[in-house]
Amino acid sequence: MAAISREEVAHLARLSRLAVTEEELDRFAGQLDVILQSVARIGEVAADDIPPTSHSVPLTNVYRDDVPTPCLTQEEALSGAPDAFEGRFRVPRILDEED
Amino acid sequence: MSDLTKMSAAQLAKAIAGKEASAVEVATAHLDRIDAVDERVHAFLHVDREGALAAAERVDKGEVTGPLAGVPIAVKDVIATKGVPTTAASKILEGWRPPYDATLVERLRAAGTVMLGKTNMDEFAMGSSTEYSAYGPTNNPWDLGRIPGGSGGGSAAALAAYEAPLAIGTDTGGSIRQPGAVTGTVGAKPTYGGTSRYGLIAFSSSLDTPGPCARNVEDAALLHSVIAGHDPRDSTSIPQPVPDVVGAARLGASGDLSGVKLGLVKEFAGDGSEPGVLSAFHEGLEALVKLGAEVVEVSCPHFEYALPAYYLIAPSEASSNLARFDGVRYGLRVGDDGNRSLEEVMSLTREAGFGPEVKRRIILGTYALSSGYYDAYYGQAQKVRTLITRDFQSAFERVDVLVSPTTPFVAFPFGSRTSDPYQMYLADLFTIPTNLYGGPAISVPCGLSEGLPVGFQVMAPTLADDRMYRVAAALESAVGTLTPPAL
Amino acid sequence: MTTTALPTYEDAVARYEPVIGLETHVELGTATKMFCGCRTEFGAEPNTQVCPVCLGLPGALPVANRAAIEATIRIGLALNCDIASWCRMARKNYFYPDMPKNFQTSQYDEPLCVEGYVDVEVDGKQYRIGIERVHLEEDTGKSLHVGGATGRIHGATESLVDYNRAGIPLVEIVTKPVPGIGALAPEVAKAYVSELRDIIRSLGVSDVRMEQGSLRCDVNTSLNKPGEEWGTRTETKNVNSLRSVERAVRSEIIRQSGLLDEGIRIFQETRHFQETTGDTRPGRSKETATDYRYFPEPDLVPIAPDQAWVAELKAALPERPSVKRARLAEDWGISAIDMQSVANAGAVELIEETIAAGASPAGARKWWMGELARRANETGVDLSAVGATPAQVAELQKLVEGGKLNDKLARQVLEGVVAGEGDPAAVMASRGLGVVSDTGALTAAVDEAIAANPDIAAKIRDGKVAAAGALVGAVMKTTRGQADAKTVRDLILERLS
Repeated sequence: MAAISREEVAHLARLSRLAVTEEELDRFAGQLDVILQSVARIGEVAADDIPPTSHSVPLTNVYRDDVPTPCLTQEEALSGAPDAFEGRFRVPRILDEED
Repeated sequence: MSDLTKMSAAQLAKAIAGKEASAVEVATAHLDRIDAVDERVHAFLHVDREGALAAAERVDKGEVTGPLAGVPIAVKDVIATKGVPTTAASKILEGWRPPYDATLVERLRAAGTVMLGKTNMDEFAMGSSTEYSAYGPTNNPWDLGRIPGGSGGGSAAALAAYEAPLAIGTDTGGSIRQPGAVTGTVGAKPTYGGTSRYGLIAFSSSLDTPGPCARNVEDAALLHSVIAGHDPRDSTSIPQPVPDVVGAARLGASGDLSGVKLGLVKEFAGDGSEPGVLSAFHEGLEALVKLGAEVVEVSCPHFEYALPAYYLIAPSEASSNLARFDGVRYGLRVGDDGNRSLEEVMSLTREAGFGPEVKRRIILGTYALSSGYYDAYYGQAQKVRTLITRDFQSAFERVDVLVSPTTPFVAFPFGSRTSDPYQMYLADLFTIPTNLYGGPAISVPCGLSEGLPVGFQVMAPTLADDRMYRVAAALESAVGTLTPPAL
Repeated sequence: MTTTALPTYEDAVARYEPVIGLETHVELGTATKMFCGCRTEFGAEPNTQVCPVCLGLPGALPVANRAAIEATIRIGLALNCDIASWCRMARKNYFYPDMPKNFQTSQYDEPLCVEGYVDVEVDGKQYRIGIERVHLEEDTGKSLHVGGATGRIHGATESLVDYNRAGIPLVEIVTKPVPGIGALAPEVAKAYVSELRDIIRSLGVSDVRMEQGSLRCDVNTSLNKPGEEWGTRTETKNVNSLRSVERAVRSEIIRQSGLLDEGIRIFQETRHFQETTGDTRPGRSKETATDYRYFPEPDLVPIAPDQAWVAELKAALPERPSVKRARLAEDWGISAIDMQSVANAGAVELIEETIAAGASPAGARKWWMGELARRANETGVDLSAVGATPAQVAELQKLVEGGKLNDKLARQVLEGVVAGEGDPAAVMASRGLGVVSDTGALTAAVDEAIAANPDIAAKIRDGKVAAAGALVGAVMKTTRGQADAKTVRDLILERLS
C-alpha cells in the first residue's frame, strides 16, 4: 500500500504554497512514497520512554539585555523588495476572509 | 616565489607576513586561476574580484592584520555577505544582496582573509552532488564528468582546482565532509554550537554547522580557530573557549598516536560501501595502528536509524525555515499581474523559485509535522536522535574517536543518482549520525579507489574538536595529501 | 443570516446558560523587541524599526529578550499562576504577509505560566476566573489595505506592509471556560478584562491601552440549555474596548440563542466584532486553523527560570490593584464607585503621590479628576503625561489652602504649569497672578466702588448687607480677580457701617 497518496501530496503542496504542476504531482507522489516507506522504519524503534532531543546543545536561558541596537535604514530594509511603495512592502491583494 | 596557488594557507600567511609576497599578488594569482579554470570547474557562483583586491590592498597597507592576513578564501553561497550576492544556489534568491554580514564573515575579515567569492552548492544545501544547484553543477577537478560531492561541492572543488587555499562550508548531514572526501580535500564539521550560525541561511537549524575546508589538516585547523567561538547573536552558540585545534593538528602531524583508541562502528561494516572505498579505509586504519593507535570494535545499534531520523528532522525544519521565501520582502516574485491574489503569487513564486529536491523536502517536512503524523514521524525521529546520542556517549566511554569511511562511494558520474532521491541520500549514511548527535567530525584523504579520492572520517565527542584534528593530522602524515590531476 | 426576529437578551439568558472564555494579548512595553534589539516606539516611520532578525532575512537568528521573559513571569505570578521550571518556544507555521518568517515564534504545549486565577467583583459578588495559561510570543507587522473601501481588506487591490511592530513581545493570557455566571456573563467578561488591565498596569510591564492595541481581546462564547453539556463555542475577535467586551458577549448570546431556538447547530468559527453595529460577523474559515504544524523552535534554547529568581519576583510584586483601591478609598473617604472612576482615569498613583507631597485627599482628587482629567481627555494623552506632576499639584493646592490663590486663579496657574512655564510659584510670579489681600491697595478700589455705586452703598448702610455682593463683584472686576473676596467684603462692610 502506498504510504502517501497523490491527493495528500496535492494538499501538502497547497499548505506549503507550492503551485505544483500535475506532472510534478505524479512524480513527487511516487518519490515521496519511496522515501516514506523507507523512513517509516523509524517506527520499529522502541522509544516510548525516551525523551525527544530538540537541541543537541545542553544550553538553557540564553538571553540578551533589553538594550536597543541599531536598526537597518528604511532604504536597506526595502533594498531587496520585489515591490515597495512609500516605505512599505507592496503585495498583491490578500484573499479576503469572506472570499 | 613558487606558484602561489599551490601553497598552503599557513605558507601563504607566512609569506605575506614576511613580505615575500604581497596580498594583492596572492589574490591576483588566485583570481587569475579562477579565470583560467572555473569555466570548466564551475566552483564559483560569484567572483568578487574588486572586493578581493580591495581587501588585499588593505592587508598590504597594514590596515588589517590577523592570523590569516592576506590568505584568499572562498565562501559557500549559503552564508550572508553584505552587498555581495547570496543565493543559496536558488533561483528564489537570485540577485539578493544581503544588508548584513554573517558573524563568521566578520571573523574572516578580522582575521585578514581575502574573500574571492561565493561557491556553488546544492540548492539550500539539500543534496550530495551539487546537481541540485539552480545554476548548474560543479565539476569534480579529479574527473570533470563526476560530481564534486554536496552540498558544498563548490567549496571543495575550488580547493582541489587550486582556485583557493581555504573555503567555508556548512554541514547539515555531511555537506562539508562528503565533498571533502570525493575531491581529496579536508573538511571538518565542528561541534554544533561551536561555530556561529548567524548569517547562515538555515536548512535544518538543529543540525546546520559551518566549518572549515582546506587542502590539509593544519590549514583546516587554522581556519577553524578563526571562525569558532561564542557568538551572542546565535542562541545555540556554546559559551566556552575553543579547544586548541591548531596545537592538536601539529601534535598529530608529529606522527605519534600511542594510547589513542579508535572505535570501529560494527553497524557500518557491511553497509553498502564500495570495495575500493573499504580497502582504502582499511589501509588508512592500518597506518594509524602503525603510529600507535589501538582499534576497538564498538556497537552503535541505533545508527541504522540515523538516515530515516535525519530525513524526517531536516525536511521538517526546512519546511518551516524556507517558508520565508515568499516574494514579499526579498528575492523572486512571479505571476504578479495585478489580478492574482497574494496567495496565488506566493505559490507561483515558490513553485518557480525552488528546484525539485527543495520542493520534495518541503512537502516531506510539511507531512512529518502534520498533526496526525507528528508523533509517528517528527516526534519519533527526535526520540531516535536521543538514542543515537546515547550510542555515541557510550562508545566514547570506551574509545577516543570513532572512525569510518566518510562516504560509501567515490565521486559518481553526473545523473547516476538523481532519478531516485533515496539513492542520493545514501551518500550521507556515515556522516549523518554525527549531525544528529552534535559532535565534531572530519574527513581526510586516505588514498584512491579507481583513481578517485577516498575520505577517512574521524568522529569525536562534543567539544573535543581537537581530538579529531590530532588523529586526522596523524593519518595525513602517514598517507600524505592527494594531488589532483592538472586541469 | 437569520430572517426571524432575534430574541431579547432577557429571553436568551432565561433559556440558555452562557459559558465564556477570554484570550487576551498584551503588548509588553520593553525598550526592544522580543528577539532583536530593534526599538519598539509607537508611530515611527514605516520599516525604520527593523533589522535582519525581525524582517526574517535569510540567515538571521533570534535571541530572547530577558526583560520580556521576566515581565511574562511577573504577569503569571500576579495572576496566581505556577511558573514552568522548563519550557520551550515553538514555531506556529502559517503563511501571512505581515509575518516575516511565515511562522510565528510562540509557545505551544509548554507555556511559561499555568493554572492561575483572577477574582473579580460584579454587583458586590465575587467571581473567580481561572487562568489556563500565560505564554509569550511575538507580534506581527501591520498591513495597510489600499484600493478598497475604508482601508478594509475586502475589495482592496493591494496591501502595504510595515514590519515595525513585527517581533514586539506579546503575552497571551487564556482563561479557563467560565460557566455559571448566567445573565451577568457580559459584565463578568468586562470586569475580568478591566481587572487584568489594572493588574498588568500595576506591574509596569505594558501601558495596556486597548485603543492603541497594546491590549487586545478575543472572546469565546457558547450556550447550553440548563443541565445539558456545554455548547459549541465561537471566537469573537476585534474586541477593542471594555465596552465592546460587554457588547460582544451580549450580542453573541443573542445571536446564538436565536439560532438554537430555530434548531440550527452552532459551528465553531471565528467572528469579528463590529464597533459600529455592536454585533459580530463571520470571519474566514481558515484552512490554517486545522494545522499550524507546531514544533519546538530549534533556534532558541529552553527557558528554565531559576526558582530563587521566581521567588524574588513574587516577593516583589506590587499590591493587587483591587486591594489597594479598597484601602485607598477608605483612607481618602470616598465611595467604591468614585474610586472606580479614579482608577478608570488612571489617577490612583498620581493622587497617591500628590497626597504624599502634602495635599489633602480631597484637594488632590479635585485637580486630577477635574481640570487635569478634562485636559487629558481633550488632548488624548494619558493623565500621567498631561504635563503636571504630583508635586506641582500639591504645591498648587497648598497655595489655594493658604489663601494665596483662589480657585479661578489656581486654574490659570495650572494652565501655565501644563504649558511648561514652571512650578506654580514660578507661574504666579511670571504671570503676575496672586490674591491681593493687602488692605491698603484694596481700600482705594473699595472706595472707588462705593463712590461709583451710591445707591447700593446706601442700601448697605441701611442694613441690607446682602447687597454687598454687588460691590464685591465690582471690586473683583477692577482688580482682575486677584483680590481675596472675603477681605473685600469685610472692607466694604467696615466702610459702610
